[in-house]
Amino acid sequence: MKNATKYIAARAVLVTATAGFFLISGCATGPNANPSDPLEPLNRTVYRFNDGVDRALLKPVATAYVKVTPSLVRKGVSNFFDNLEDAWSFVNSVLQLRGVSATDNLFRVVLNTFFGLGGILSVADEAGIERHPEDLGKTLGRWGVPSGPYIVLPLIGPTTLRDSFTIVLESQADPVSRIDRAKVRDSTKVLRVVDLRAGFLKLDGFLDDAALDKYTFTRDAFLQKRRSSIYKPGDKDKVEDKDEDFSKDVKPDNKEPAK
Amino acid sequence: MNRRLFSALFSTTAAVLTSWALVSGIALAQTAAPTAPAAATTGEAPDAMIKRLSVDVLETIKSDKSIQGGDISKVIALVDSKIMPNVNFQRMTASAVGRNWRSATPEQQKRLQEEFKTLLVRTYAGALAEVRDQTIAMKPLRAAAGETEVVVRSEIKGNGEPINLDYRLEKTDTGWKIYDLNVASIWLVETYRSQFSQEINASGVDGLIKKLAERNKSKSAKATTS
Repeated sequence: MKNATKYIAARAVLVTATAGFFLISGCATGPNANPSDPLEPLNRTVYRFNDGVDRALLKPVATAYVKVTPSLVRKGVSNFFDNLEDAWSFVNSVLQLRGVSATDNLFRVVLNTFFGLGGILSVADEAGIERHPEDLGKTLGRWGVPSGPYIVLPLIGPTTLRDSFTIVLESQADPVSRIDRAKVRDSTKVLRVVDLRAGFLKLDGFLDDAALDKYTFTRDAFLQKRRSSIYKPGDKDKVEDKDEDFSKDVKPDNKEPAK
Repeated sequence: MNRRLFSALFSTTAAVLTSWALVSGIALAQTAAPTAPAAATTGEAPDAMIKRLSVDVLETIKSDKSIQGGDISKVIALVDSKIMPNVNFQRMTASAVGRNWRSATPEQQKRLQEEFKTLLVRTYAGALAEVRDQTIAMKPLRAAAGETEVVVRSEIKGNGEPINLDYRLEKTDTGWKIYDLNVASIWLVETYRSQFSQEINASGVDGLIKKLAERNKSKSAKATTS
């Protein structure tokens, strides 16, 4: 229990520090700054740091894991952690009053836990029951809490001010952190990270190829995805993006006047 | 402490980008169609057109091992012959470049389109290897009659979570043309907009062209050595 208190304290310090950075560097942005990313200079530094850690440590470990572990075992590991996530998604679907998501998530957890050896087999996938990932940050967003500025957290990666708070809370609710035996708990956590990283090893080349600036590419993709994942088709408050046709403006028969 | 923090490391973004990376390739491929016979372009509904193209291209890729293997020249041929006739790539590029498009010379606009296209094709060629037994499901079209710009929504179903795949289309004299693509909630054009304007602010339109060209060259060099 003492440990838990320590963790909360440590996490609180981290978030406060981040918020502090935000206030300080809020004034230190250039004329071309992206309005949703007032912290860009700081974020870029952290992004580079994370990238370095990934290259030096995480990626080599994940690559080795894929090499030495049979794919059937890896699939089981992924399913197991997905099942834990689905349980949390169920809680959040209920908090967001999303009936279909809640039902699907509940069925998934029940099926996979009881008929899939505690989540190692995904019976629900076979049965065609969809996953609906939800988390606390999305729940807050659904209830109108703005995301705040984009933040890249050390070791955690891209998030927003709102979600950096919920990440702290969620790590407390995480069943893995409640495992009593320290050794089991720690190795479970390591396995989870390695499993996650292994799942997107294929991505590495893609980002190098597709992006002119990996930081900006990651940020813009992340923010778009996060924003739209909070709304579902049919939500009344969903704002449809408008898209201006820049190629047409030069033509004389243009309907919209040039701005 | 570090270990605990590690547990969330990169997870969200990575998951997002992975699905995006893999599916974008499939998506771009799916927008292809046989070089349109005249009959197909008259009065065809936009969602019917997307459906027809998707099914056709998925079949083409499934039946061609060298495309699945990421053979760049084959992919470029597929894109040019089947995909491009259904895309307003000028509008797509203009959108990504934004305001600066209007001040660019016709020559610059031409170069921008060429380099942007090469970037996309080379990037996504590898993802075609992921095309296996995916199927596509169309979602109901919500557009009033007589509209000239619509969003067509669809879903790719394979293993696990289905992935959204949406298209922005505009009506032209020669049928509906795609001008933006959304994979897993991320619009292609919007994702490039900031990167392009960043480059233009730093070194002008020519700077952006140069950067794109360098990128494309370094990639083809890499492809031949590996």
